[in-house]
Amino acid sequence: MTKNILKMSPAFADIIPAEYRELVDNGPYGRDVGVAELGTFKELLEEHPLCAGCGLALALRIFLASLPAPEDTIVVGSTGCSSLVFPQAAVQNIHSLFGNQNSVASGLKRALKLRFPDKDKDVIVVAGDGATADIGLDMVMHSWFRRENITTIMLDNEAYANTGGQESGMSQQGTVLYMAPKGKNFPKISMPELAREAGCVYVAVGTPAQPRKLEKMLKRAIILARHVGPTYVQIMTPCPTNYKFKNNETVNRLKGLEKDGVFKPREYITAEAQEALNRLEEVSK
Amino acid sequence: MSQEYQVLAGPEGYLPPAAAVMGVELPKTGEALVEGSLVSDNEALHKIADKLLSAKNPFFFPGPLLLWAWKAGVAERAQAVRDLADAVGAGVIPMPDYRPKYPMINPAIEINPNHPNLTIWHNKIDVCVFVGVHCHYANIALKIIRGGTSCYTIALCGEAGHEDAMISLRDVNLAKIQELTAIVMDKKRQIAGGGK
Ligand SMILES: Cc1ncc(C[n+]2csc(CCOP(=O)(O)OP(=O)(O)O)c2C)c(N)n1
Ligand SMILES: [Mg+2]
Repeated sequence: MTKNILKMSPAFADIIPAEYRELVDNGPYGRDVGVAELGTFKELLEEHPLCAGCGLALALRIFLASLPAPEDTIVVGSTGCSSLVFPQAAVQNIHSLFGNQNSVASGLKRALKLRFPDKDKDVIVVAGDGATADIGLDMVMHSWFRRENITTIMLDNEAYANTGGQESGMSQQGTVLYMAPKGKNFPKISMPELAREAGCVYVAVGTPAQPRKLEKMLKRAIILARHVGPTYVQIMTPCPTNYKFKNNETVNRLKGLEKDGVFKPREYITAEAQEALNRLEEVSK
Repeated sequence: MSQEYQVLAGPEGYLPPAAAVMGVELPKTGEALVEGSLVSDNEALHKIADKLLSAKNPFFFPGPLLLWAWKAGVAERAQAVRDLADAVGAGVIPMPDYRPKYPMINPAIEINPNHPNLTIWHNKIDVCVFVGVHCHYANIALKIIRGGTSCYTIALCGEAGHEDAMISLRDVNLAKIQELTAIVMDKKRQIAGGGK
């Protein structure tokens, strides 16, 4: 049923632009393709207006390739750099008022459960650190308290990048940015631990410098949100524009931050989610 | 309102009013809208045929509801619209989805509701037909076209019609499209025969 929206009417097949035809013929819809297959299928996003070397761009390429069911996915976004990307991507997208993303996603997921009781619809929030940990924190936390079946993904560039470089709660203590000239004077928020305590059944902190590992985290988070409860993935996505490093250094910087112990990939999973995961991963073998 | 608002080809200027705000109401079943006035369905069908046949460069803009065979019956309706365009001798440019696709779409091969004027300007289209476009996007696109171009707009709507088009039918189904095609063919024969 869902894939019918991707079938061309024969009468107009000759005038459908090539971009769409490629998506239909060789897109990721209804297929088991992922990060390992990048380059062999038509990706959901090929052009975007993000800066050269943007960490978000790397992370989102992996994210879009990791979706277990892109044809049944709705991405709920919020204002910020990532909201420049989703209007271009061939995936359903709702842009919400800054900070409201987890409330919008909660309502959407509930409505979809009623409308399509026999179908898994993946509602995934993708938003920046400012939207998630600062201005939308209230909505984010309460969606977790309520145990909504949604995945929350934070693209953590440790700044309000889109508005010219203010510090966010996720910036490291002491960080000096264009619009934080005196340096941030409190430490980075422990968002993954907050998520764990607030009811997320699976929490992961990943990096696009390790694409396969990140893919695994994203897939787990999306599948577990369907069956068990809220999940959270925090992706480290450095910003060359606001942090003033060369745009070919993004991946090296990620590796360096990890080596120096500044950035710590980690995973938390509840016993219930682990059990579900074992079952699901067993079935898919 | 002292004078009735007419929905005419523009350019009406930046941000033209929605026709509904100016008092233009949607047609009731069996009725249609021509330039803001209610007429019978049949009269509108003939007006559409005349407009299309006297156009220099008419184009059809089929939207997602027709381009994608998302439910039973759509492929047949799509074929009927294609036959209609062929009967007119009109071009067809698709609106496959509504993504704004910045910085720009390719106006030679597609149209987008967020900047439909680009496609109309690029191809010098003087009469266009919206068909299979979701209502909320059709409304905004029709308004932008009226604001920024001199293109004459026709909407073949499967629902309640569009006040922002210069001519709008409502409840358009397979039979209605085929009826319009028959009228077009008939008029073409008359024109070829030199009769009236
Ligand atoms: C309600 C509301 N408040 C404030 C803003 C201004 N605003 C736009 S983007 C942004 C910051 C985005 O930061 P983040 O969420 O970290 O995303 P980034 O741009 O860094 O990816 C802010 C405050 C807004 N658009 N709407
Ligand atoms: Mg940010």
